Amino acid sequence: MKKIKKLSLAILVSIFALVLAACGSGAEDTNNNSSSSNGNEGNQGEEKTEELSGSIVISGSSAMQPLVAAAAEQFMAENPKVDIQVNAGGSGTGLSQVAEGSVDIGNSDVFAEEKEGIPADKLVDFKVAVVGMTAAVNPNVGIKDISKADLIKVFTGEIKNWKELGGADQEIVLVNRPDSSGTRATFVKYGLDGAETAEGITEDSSNTVKKIISETEGAIGYLAFSYFTDDAVTPLSIDGVEATDENVQTGKFPIWAYQHSYTNGEPEGLVKTFLDYLFSDDVQKTILPDQGYLPVTDMKVERDATGALSDIK
Amino acid sequence: MNRKIADRIATITFVGLSMIIVAILLYLFAYIIMNGFSKISWDFLTSPSSNILAGSGIRDQLFNSFYILILTLIISVPLGVLGGIYMAQYAKPGKLTNFIRSCIEMLSSLPSIVIGMFGLLVFVNTTGWGYTIFGGALTIAIFNIPVMVRTCEDAIRSVPRELKEASLALGITQWHTVKTVLLPSAFPGILTGVILSAGRIFGEAAALLYTAGLSTPRLDYTNWNPFADNSPLNIFRPAETLAVHIWSINTQGLIPDVTEKAAGASAVLVISVLIFNLLARWIGSMYYKKMTATK
Amino acid sequence: MRNTTELSSHRLLKSNKNRKDSELKGNIIVKSSAIIIITLTIALTVFLSIKGLQSFIKNGINPWDFITGTNWNPTSETPSFGSFNFIFGSFAVTMLSALIAAPLGIGGAIFMTQIAPKWGNKLLRPVIELLVGIPSVVYGFIGLSVLVPFIRNHVGGLGFSLLSGTIVLAIMILPTVTSISTDALNALPKNLREGAYALGATRWQTIKKVLIPAALPSLLTAIVLGMARAFGEALAVQMVIGNVSDFPNSITDTAATLTTIITLNIGHTTYGSIENNTLWSLGLILLVMSFIFILIIRFLSSRRKI
Repeated sequence: MKKIKKLSLAILVSIFALVLAACGSGAEDTNNNSSSSNGNEGNQGEEKTEELSGSIVISGSSAMQPLVAAAAEQFMAENPKVDIQVNAGGSGTGLSQVAEGSVDIGNSDVFAEEKEGIPADKLVDFKVAVVGMTAAVNPNVGIKDISKADLIKVFTGEIKNWKELGGADQEIVLVNRPDSSGTRATFVKYGLDGAETAEGITEDSSNTVKKIISETEGAIGYLAFSYFTDDAVTPLSIDGVEATDENVQTGKFPIWAYQHSYTNGEPEGLVKTFLDYLFSDDVQKTILPDQGYLPVTDMKVERDATGALSDIK
Repeated sequence: MNRKIADRIATITFVGLSMIIVAILLYLFAYIIMNGFSKISWDFLTSPSSNILAGSGIRDQLFNSFYILILTLIISVPLGVLGGIYMAQYAKPGKLTNFIRSCIEMLSSLPSIVIGMFGLLVFVNTTGWGYTIFGGALTIAIFNIPVMVRTCEDAIRSVPRELKEASLALGITQWHTVKTVLLPSAFPGILTGVILSAGRIFGEAAALLYTAGLSTPRLDYTNWNPFADNSPLNIFRPAETLAVHIWSINTQGLIPDVTEKAAGASAVLVISVLIFNLLARWIGSMYYKKMTATK
Repeated sequence: MRNTTELSSHRLLKSNKNRKDSELKGNIIVKSSAIIIITLTIALTVFLSIKGLQSFIKNGINPWDFITGTNWNPTSETPSFGSFNFIFGSFAVTMLSALIAAPLGIGGAIFMTQIAPKWGNKLLRPVIELLVGIPSVVYGFIGLSVLVPFIRNHVGGLGFSLLSGTIVLAIMILPTVTSISTDALNALPKNLREGAYALGATRWQTIKKVLIPAALPSLLTAIVLGMARAFGEALAVQMVIGNVSDFPNSITDTAATLTTIITLNIGHTTYGSIENNTLWSLGLILLVMSFIFILIIRFLSSRRKI
């Protein structure tokens, strides 16, 4: 009994010591990590004429949070007096909060016009990145290319077995996103031409969706390009067009969406500087591709809230 | 003879059922530890988390978890203790007491997601704070208060009657009896209850998703000014706790080593809870020894 | 030593006025805590009710259709909000998990109190307290990586199913059921058991004919409390149940519960939109269900025999 007591006490003490030490060594760690692990951050040593200070609060899309947080981290490293908080909570939350004025920037993966109850005319849209997505199937399905018409049939439940499309004799299992998800809205709008999808397993998170597709026979879902890093799932070409960055940029591949940053009215001061920074090469050419996004500056086509596509001159 | 056989069968069944419970726990525990223990390292505990890079840690999340835990206890323990005193000493049997008891039961059995939604409504939106540590702590306190009330009521009720009656017989007022006799004797029981509830707070995620948020600002651990934005002590900053972190990297994480990090974080969480439990048992047995030795 | 006790008793027996003051102060402090608890409960109910009723009042959804409708399609051109399938899903996993957890938990409690108290206290009780401490996220994660593939390979279906949700929940509510049952059995007067033994009853007969009937209301309370917990659990269930809004055809079919629909959608929807309001209405249903569980528990405890 006594030994156990002593042991538990020892464990406790060491845990507390650990926590304390962790807190103490924190400050240096941050600096080391950000400079050593991200070698290609670009020229950080640019001379600024006046030192910026102040704080920005950002909220919104949880898919965009890592991207904006990484940009904010670099921005803060260059401007030590600036503080930027990047919260996540979902696109709806971000839009609501920026409309209310409780945050400076609201991130969203859909156009504000597409969300009910948001005064879209009052918000100013900054399309900071482009995300491409495509249908992904379990590798054993044996299909790499699908026509759009067939894709619609698969997702509306008209085709029930992969052999009808020349694949393996496996029943099709749909993996969906929640009704309100921006990813689903984009996929349905541009991938399925607005067709209503049949019921299927519903998960919000891309990691879980990927896991389910890779483990379930005959599964099909949809994922952003950034999740196709290994052979766990097979991305499908649509109508013979491969799901590549290149094809999205030229407008050949249809399923992609902007990542928006919204401000309430024209941005001023620090918020404007930070938004400008998001469009600088530091962000567009390094952070974006690292996270699997496409730089908006490389796009050769553009799209408006109604989905109409036009060339950029 | 027949009833003896029935008795035998029943005994075996009960032993079997208990073994199933133990087996389930051992399996869960072994699974978590085997998967996660090797991932715990000094680096893992002391480096900040990352959204994209491999080799990140859980420093901030660990700190946030402890910080929210402490704040929650600061809010809920005094209220819970007073509530417990009221229920044990002041409440007279009747409609009102019955109503309060229902309120307590109700609060303690509310789904944590419903409490989280209430927290989102009140502490995040109505107050305009946004996602904050403080809002998160207040939200968790809502379901920790009833737990504390119950623990304290039980602890105070289990104080030997004679102690209390002797004090009252001396002409000491009820409040003074509570302060000088009941609370000190009930203290170890209350402490055990506090530590056990700490385990649940530590692992809570659903109620924190919408109140404390999914992100942590850049923290500077040398800045101890609680009003600075980058100070870890600032209670009006968003904070991702360990349990929420496990949830969010599993769901949204883009880091290449998601499974390892999630397994490591889970192991840290479970080991922390284990330590809370051991601590509670240790204090309990100390108290038991002290009580039996002195009497 | 003597001096100090004299001093302190002197301090305690201060003048009448002082005593009254301090008594009053104590009274106020203690009672205010009770008032806070009541206010909190009422505020919670009022806030969530107002928010949850918005979809009926402002958006004009028929409450009856909302509860009994089976078609949930908030984003289509003609949106429909029928939450019956989720309500059914919630009840199904709750009932089924109680069916698994009740015999296990009560059996464990009987083992701990009647068969091997020493073993029980040394092994089973710590085990159960630890089970309480494992966070629901971890349960969900293990469910997703172990249970779902297991069911897919050995039982059938996709693995994401009512069954997976049930098993995860059963394990999660097991500690609640076991610890409250243990307390209930321990609280029984000793002479009940001894009386039965003295009459020559075997242990099983004592348990079956004397102890369980005597503790029945408390044991039922334990089960209902476990069910209340299962009904409200969100994250763990969401990871294993599949979240399909169709009506489940079998136990290995995918399903959805009230909580999973809320957690999946609430971040994506905007405040005040009809989709968001209906999610709060689902939350209100959860709240009302908690009330009902409490009423059942109150009813059971009023029937407690001993």
